[in-house]
Amino acid sequence: MSEPTTWTLAESARRVREGAISSLELTDAYLDRIDRLDRAIGAYLTVDADGARAQARAADERRSRGERAPLLGVPVGIKDVLNVSGWPCTCGSRILEGYRAPFDATAVERLRAAGAIPLGILNMDEFAMGSSTENSSRQLTRNPWDLERVPGGSSGGSAAAVAADLCPAALGTDTGGSIRQPAALCGCVGLKPTYGRVSRYGLVAYASSLDQIGPLTKDVRDAALLHDVISGRDPRDSTSLDLPPTSLASGLGRELTGMRLGLPAEYFIDGMDPEVETAVRAAVEQCKALGAEIVPISLPQTRYAIATYYIVATAEASANLARFDGVRYGRRVPGEDPIDMVERTRAAGFGPEVKRRIILGTYVLSSGYYDAYYLRALKVRRWIRAGFDEAFRSCDALLTPTSPSPAFRFGERTGDPLQMYLSDIFTVTVNLAGICGVSLPCGFTKAGLPIGLQVIGPALGEAAILRVAHAYEQSTEWHTRRPNLAVGEGAA
Amino acid sequence: MSWRADIGLEVHVQLRTRSKMFCACPNAFGAEPNTQVCPVCLGYPGALPVINQEAIRLTVRTGLLIDAHINLRSKFDRKNYFYPDQAKNYQISQYDQPLCVGGHLDFSVNGESRRVGITRIHLEEDVAKNIHFDADSGVDFNRAGTPLMEIVTEPDLHAPEDTLAFLQALKQVLQYGGVSDCNLEQGNIRCDINCSVRRADAVNLGTKIEIKNMNTFRGVFRALQAEIPRQIRELERGRAIVQETRRWDDAAGRTESMRGKEDAHDYRYFPEPDLPPIVLSEETITAWRAELPDLPAARRARFVAAFSLPEYDAGVLVSDKEVADYFEETVAAGAPAKAASNWIMTELLARVSESGESIRDLKVAPAGLAALIQLVENRTINGPTAKEVLATMLVEGGDPGEIVSKRGLAQVSDAGALENFIEQVVASHAKSVADYRAGKQPAFEFLIGQVMRLSRGKANPQLVRELLKAKLG
Ligand SMILES: [Zn+2]
Repeated sequence: MSEPTTWTLAESARRVREGAISSLELTDAYLDRIDRLDRAIGAYLTVDADGARAQARAADERRSRGERAPLLGVPVGIKDVLNVSGWPCTCGSRILEGYRAPFDATAVERLRAAGAIPLGILNMDEFAMGSSTENSSRQLTRNPWDLERVPGGSSGGSAAAVAADLCPAALGTDTGGSIRQPAALCGCVGLKPTYGRVSRYGLVAYASSLDQIGPLTKDVRDAALLHDVISGRDPRDSTSLDLPPTSLASGLGRELTGMRLGLPAEYFIDGMDPEVETAVRAAVEQCKALGAEIVPISLPQTRYAIATYYIVATAEASANLARFDGVRYGRRVPGEDPIDMVERTRAAGFGPEVKRRIILGTYVLSSGYYDAYYLRALKVRRWIRAGFDEAFRSCDALLTPTSPSPAFRFGERTGDPLQMYLSDIFTVTVNLAGICGVSLPCGFTKAGLPIGLQVIGPALGEAAILRVAHAYEQSTEWHTRRPNLAVGEGAA
Repeated sequence: MSWRADIGLEVHVQLRTRSKMFCACPNAFGAEPNTQVCPVCLGYPGALPVINQEAIRLTVRTGLLIDAHINLRSKFDRKNYFYPDQAKNYQISQYDQPLCVGGHLDFSVNGESRRVGITRIHLEEDVAKNIHFDADSGVDFNRAGTPLMEIVTEPDLHAPEDTLAFLQALKQVLQYGGVSDCNLEQGNIRCDINCSVRRADAVNLGTKIEIKNMNTFRGVFRALQAEIPRQIRELERGRAIVQETRRWDDAAGRTESMRGKEDAHDYRYFPEPDLPPIVLSEETITAWRAELPDLPAARRARFVAAFSLPEYDAGVLVSDKEVADYFEETVAAGAPAKAASNWIMTELLARVSESGESIRDLKVAPAGLAALIQLVENRTINGPTAKEVLATMLVEGGDPGEIVSKRGLAQVSDAGALENFIEQVVASHAKSVADYRAGKQPAFEFLIGQVMRLSRGKANPQLVRELLKAKLG
């Protein structure tokens, strides 16, 4: 039997179900590996070893009684932005120090209902604002493929944990690429579902009209499986869509005959890493070989996406983050009066990137600037959506790079926020349009860094993009590669 | 030089719903602080709002009652400002697409009928209550997130008297609509005043002063009584009015500056991304329109037509919805309408206006009053006894029939017993008897009074009259 921590989510669930391994053994294998390796990686902020073991025993008990559930007894990692009842939920921020979640996020509740075991809390950029996880106030998370490089962000902890086999799968959130970009940089699969597919109840909002919870997994089938578990209408989230349950995992095939895949010219830009371009173009050829028709298209709106994103997202964030004032929960810095207390609390509690975005968002909503910035951004946003609508009239899905570059070094972009913002140039459009996208490995640089291919689909087009992703993935061996963590293990 | 004041109101009304605006917590007054709260109304990270459809219905109903246009598509927005009484430091409100726009309310001042234009009605969530202790402050979030309807009027009011009459008329409509309890002590109605003054012949409105956070109608009246002359004095001294927000100091009897225009909040409204737009169908509006209750004017007409009440009686009864309901229930319980109206107007309303209670707080329910009236109608007791029984019921409650039998108050209509009383009176008041026979009518009334006294008020006065007349024949 291979090392249990290398198994996919589906494989783990199957082996527990078949009794090849107990949930407790599987859970212990992960706890042991985290113990040995995570000091080098820094993916987890908290590991709930006792809670996970207790739930593993309960899962084994349920299995012995003949109970069935899709993920019975399988541990899953959770990004620090999701409420898990009784656990801390700090969003990578000092301002939520001491806060404990009073309820389960709906996605977590659904994981539990499917039998999964929340294993621990994964690091992230503070309030999901960032592309390298360097904005976490808590700790540094390292890319398992090169410990001197970032794992991407903001779901950097989730991506690193999956890539380093510290959990079979994890939940992340994606506001402008925060699932797909770290998945690309860490060599795993990350799915950003259509806006409204997954309830946001219990997800601490960064930008409410863009945020979406999704899976980070070792392969495409796992992403489909986890999507099936966490998606669906939730009366507690008025923006969640009322749709029948999905069964994406059962619709995956191996060939792409009859599919039309668009290749938007604007996603292959000057200044992108040549190794990334080469790998993505090779992946496009591979899809053609699998039977797809490749259609060159144009999405001229793309050049306005970053500006639009940073207006819409920061405007919403400026209101969403206003609640962190030290009055009801989290950190409080005393002041001379309530207003002074709030000011001191926020000054001490938020990191520089969060402050930058709150100020930007406050500015674009201010009277006299609202029309020029926020209102215009909403118009461009509709135009971006219209561009995709047009593209999907002739294509089933689009192929693009996920990120213009592979994982970069720590500190390389922290001095230049704009440079950091450009990390999201290929991913933000999907959030602005409210559609879906998945990133999966499509090669490695000569230095051994993973490269991500993004498959973009229309609203509710998850079945199509996962079909493309799965067929491509199964025709390659990229997803089977593992980072060599022997050095890390020795050091730990 | 003559001046004219222009007054508009922003009236905040707490709606009568079971739960809060965006969560399932109860919408009730008076609970222990911070016991009616949940992650949503406390603004916990990750909690999301869900629209209370009943609040939408009540707001639209208000719009229908004042002939507003109902927007079939409206939306919620975030109004951003930091204050510790706000859980999220933004308030979910409606900015540019409120539920209702336009409309008007008719009312009368000193018999003159008036109309005030309504600009808009929108829905929002109420804030928490700050409580200040000696050394520090606390926040009670029970009220946070309860549904609050804001009615904005045109500047169509011109005097404190108008404004008071308008508020009373509005309160009547809201009570009739079952929209709000309109309990002022509990803060169910609060308002901001916009007031400006201009020369009587000027075309444009003067500079607007806002007076914030008025909790009583009397306060509004007094604030305007002070503010209008203040503005006129300023203008007469040649000083310009500067746009600002003022507060009413009730003890000092004057308004004072709170903040100038330059300190006005920039609320940075933007569409609430957590809530989809509110979409209503024509069918829904039609159905809600069909459920509208009679407004006071219509009800008064119905009382006159259906119960043959005098206009005056009907007017008194409908001026308070609870009184009108009480009247109808009394009639439904079997009391003749005119008798019910008399009893309510002379006995109960006096009592209510003395104590400041609502008619519903009385220990006499409509069924009890109807039973009492019945006892009079069938001559079990006479009028004065009935008043005595009612006095007992108001203090102790209870059934009038039981009170009458327990205390032996039933009227004496037995001719034998009455003849006995009459003989005693005639024997001991020879002078009055002689006076009566000499044609002095007051002497007869005196003798009746003596018989009543002897019977300790229980004698059937009609029968005494007949028997005495026969006796003295
Ligand atoms: Zn609540």
